[in-house]
Amino acid sequence: MKLFLIFISAAIVNNFVLSYFLGICPFVGVSKKLSSAVSMGMAVTFVMTITAAVTWLIYHLILVPFNVVILEYVSFILVIASLVQLVEMFIRKISKPLYDALGIYLPLITTNCAILGLALFAVLRDYGFIESLVYGIGAGVGFTLALVIMAGIREELELANVPRHFQGAGITMIVAGSLALAFMGFAGLISI
Amino acid sequence: MAKKTPLSREFVKGLWDENPVLISLLGLCPTLAVTNSAINGIAMGLATTFVVVSSSVIIASLRKLIPHQVRIASYIVVIATFVTVADRFLAAFTPEISKALGPYVPLIVVNCLILGRQEAFSSKNNPGRSFLDALGMGTGFLLVLFVLGGIREILGSGTFLNLTVLGDWFAPWMVMILPPGAFLTLGLLIALSNWINERRVNA
Repeated sequence: MKLFLIFISAAIVNNFVLSYFLGICPFVGVSKKLSSAVSMGMAVTFVMTITAAVTWLIYHLILVPFNVVILEYVSFILVIASLVQLVEMFIRKISKPLYDALGIYLPLITTNCAILGLALFAVLRDYGFIESLVYGIGAGVGFTLALVIMAGIREELELANVPRHFQGAGITMIVAGSLALAFMGFAGLISI
Repeated sequence: MAKKTPLSREFVKGLWDENPVLISLLGLCPTLAVTNSAINGIAMGLATTFVVVSSSVIIASLRKLIPHQVRIASYIVVIATFVTVADRFLAAFTPEISKALGPYVPLIVVNCLILGRQEAFSSKNNPGRSFLDALGMGTGFLLVLFVLGGIREILGSGTFLNLTVLGDWFAPWMVMILPPGAFLTLGLLIALSNWINERRVNA
């Protein structure tokens, strides 16, 4: 039951994008088309799940026993960078169109704060191994959800008559604000 | 290319023309996350400026030694080191601010603004220019965070830098210090900067 709560909390109630402001760059950059939003979301979910597992192992089996917790940030970010490289090679191998669609944003997953944020939050909350894993999947699903909703709205916005100065980033922020307002309706549903 | 621009220009461009937040939309995560009060905005801006300036100088000095293939990883290690320094410093001297910023201090590591400057500027220019460029970008970032934090604090809690500015008659707009307020205020600020830029071009 606790695992289910962690999942719902990470995916909806404390949505990474809309309430923790993590992963805003891809959220603004890749949300123009529904199809690339879905693939970006999947790539991020994949990386997040692996990251959650690997960083847990590193933190609890290496950093804590050897008393070098001060290296936390450096080691986490290196692991994430190599993982992203791995995923990039994998996607290029299996699907060229997908690779072209994700383009520049794939390497940028490295600097997607949602990934490092996930690792840090999992440590902060003292999650066990399985809990971290579920937290990772939940956060990934939440990220995908926010990205897909946003892409859906922006596809419609193409046809709308947006005031000149708000075009582009401005209106995206306003829409994100409204979405965040909607997601606040879930606040207090679960508290962990 | 960049060699011909005057030194002062390297600094000034970050303040407005190439402002990292309003124009390039970099580093949005901390911009939105910590600006529920002006003081948090300043702390975050200063920490980020420190990290971007120090890592720019180091990376510009080492730019001929870092192999091209592993440059991103090398940049990240340098940045992460300085972030660890900033994090320990904040925790030691200003525990309250460190607590308020929480995990967003370590998250400076993945602030795209910092990595972006290394990739776009420090890897091609000498340490002096990189210092000015980074200082300008950091200051531009700090200013936006301060303005955003100020607006949200005044409207959301009726205070500015923890001093009450709006009297008892004012019912705070709670939404401004909550996540939606961050998105809305930044959206309006971006539109405002577009408007100002357009007027400057036409004038």
